[in-house]
Amino acid sequence: MTEQWFPNVDWMKMWEATLETLYMTAISTFFTFLIGLALGILLFLTSPRGVWHNRFVNLVTAALVNIFRSIPFIILIILFIPFTKFLLGSIRGPNAALPALIIGAAPFYGRMVQIALAEIDKGVIEAARSMGATTWTIIRKVLLPESMPALVSGITVTAIALVGYTAMAGIIGAGGLGNLAYLDGFQRSRGDVTLVATILILLIVFIIQWLGDLLVKRLDKR
Amino acid sequence: MGAGRVPEFRSDNTLINLQHLTKRFSRSGNEVTAVDGVDLNIREGEIYGIIGYSGAGKSTLIRMLNGLEQPTSGSVTVNGLEMSSISGAELRKARQKVSMIFQHFNLLWSRTVEENISLPLEIAGADKAARAERVRELVRLVGLEGREKAYPSELSGGQKQRVGIARALANEPRVLLCDEATSALDPETTDSILDLLTSINRRLGLTIVLITHEMHVIRKICHRVAVMEAGKVVEEGDVLQVFKSPEQPITKRFVSQVTEPGDARQAISQLGEAYPDGTLIRLGFVGDRAEQPVLAKLIRSFDINVNILQGNIAQTHGGAFGSLVLQLSGDGNAVREAIAFLHAEGVETEVIAHD
Repeated sequence: MTEQWFPNVDWMKMWEATLETLYMTAISTFFTFLIGLALGILLFLTSPRGVWHNRFVNLVTAALVNIFRSIPFIILIILFIPFTKFLLGSIRGPNAALPALIIGAAPFYGRMVQIALAEIDKGVIEAARSMGATTWTIIRKVLLPESMPALVSGITVTAIALVGYTAMAGIIGAGGLGNLAYLDGFQRSRGDVTLVATILILLIVFIIQWLGDLLVKRLDKR
Repeated sequence: MGAGRVPEFRSDNTLINLQHLTKRFSRSGNEVTAVDGVDLNIREGEIYGIIGYSGAGKSTLIRMLNGLEQPTSGSVTVNGLEMSSISGAELRKARQKVSMIFQHFNLLWSRTVEENISLPLEIAGADKAARAERVRELVRLVGLEGREKAYPSELSGGQKQRVGIARALANEPRVLLCDEATSALDPETTDSILDLLTSINRRLGLTIVLITHEMHVIRKICHRVAVMEAGKVVEEGDVLQVFKSPEQPITKRFVSQVTEPGDARQAISQLGEAYPDGTLIRLGFVGDRAEQPVLAKLIRSFDINVNILQGNIAQTHGGAFGSLVLQLSGDGNAVREAIAFLHAEGVETEVIAHD
């Protein structure tokens, strides 16, 4: 039946492309989470009411975050070609997309982290200070656990955005479902290939959203 | 809890000393003096209340006792350690012995009751077995057995404050600071939390400093009180003394919160109309006087009729005080003599109306 409905789909290739998309999304989400968390915490702590109040660091970090958040992703990839080449020795394959994916998404997630931290009840932070906690302890034992549902729903949204970014990265040769849909589907006018690739991307997005929502529900004891 | 059987532990040693403590904030160019040259001595083992309306500076004041706010000038000494001049690791260590409970409890919603109580122990670096042991003790102390695994969202306000108290006691502090600790609770729960604080004060010899805007709290548990207005302490002394003879207008207002509930004041003026016969008098009792059978003597010694129209008596830590409205009728001379007798007995007597 698949032969009849999707005559041009090479299922082996489709499976490979799916794995590539999953690989790019997973690795870039992981590093985006770490870097975004660091950026968000830095923004929060150096803000005017933060414990490390520092105007200069706050302004520089905020400026970098805003600049990288504002550059359209497709342009970011092109800008990062020399950097990627230097880092990985090639601009082809799924790994080549990672630097641009992470640098494009981390500032976006960093802002979400900052907002999540700002919404924590100030009294809880004051209570921890009154117990003699260090800033590091407050980060580990108060800020992160108390904002965890927001951090998780933020990374869910970011991971979904990253699935979209991997599809764009595919156009410049990074592989994955976007690449397949563009080269095999669009350029060779094989509508069935584009359709199947699109359905697979949608499935990935739905699964990420479902997992994220499930985790948030589990974590939130409010 | 058997608190009544345990003798009070109070000494004359000053535990907390504030010297000319001042805190200024600059908000958008405007300088605001939140605390203005406060001098106070708080003794070891006492429950010390600071009362004032919101904005009086009491919240800033109490935060300088554990270094959450640093004074602009003046000094704070707690247990021989000048909180206002230490910082970093030394200040963090000192805070473990000057703990705090809050109006909105400030529990971590992400942690269960026992995990919340464990937090200060984790901060102090206690090992796992010692933490579990201490948490069990504290849960028992505040009466939360069976709720150890509950999250704060599953607790009532009173239970949340019990967790807050257990958490504050975890590292065996010398001082407990209470920041409007009962202001978010209903009257009944307030009383149960106040009972718990009194019991802790007696059993552990813990010095308690509390800030509040409710005179009821001062009356119920404090030994001494300071009244704050516009950043300054305007009146200070033993609670009973302040209730007996409040000097400042603001203190009188606070005292009347407890002695004259709003509807009673109106009632007294109506009593004159309702009881046109005889003489209406109001008696004020303070301290030991309140516990002596003055009224029985009055009735036995004079040939008059005594009708009790209204009365209230309240217990403070230092003794009882109260007021009684009586209708005296009979021979004019006997009534005058009876009033003279009350004066002689040292009872504050005020004639409200004659027939």
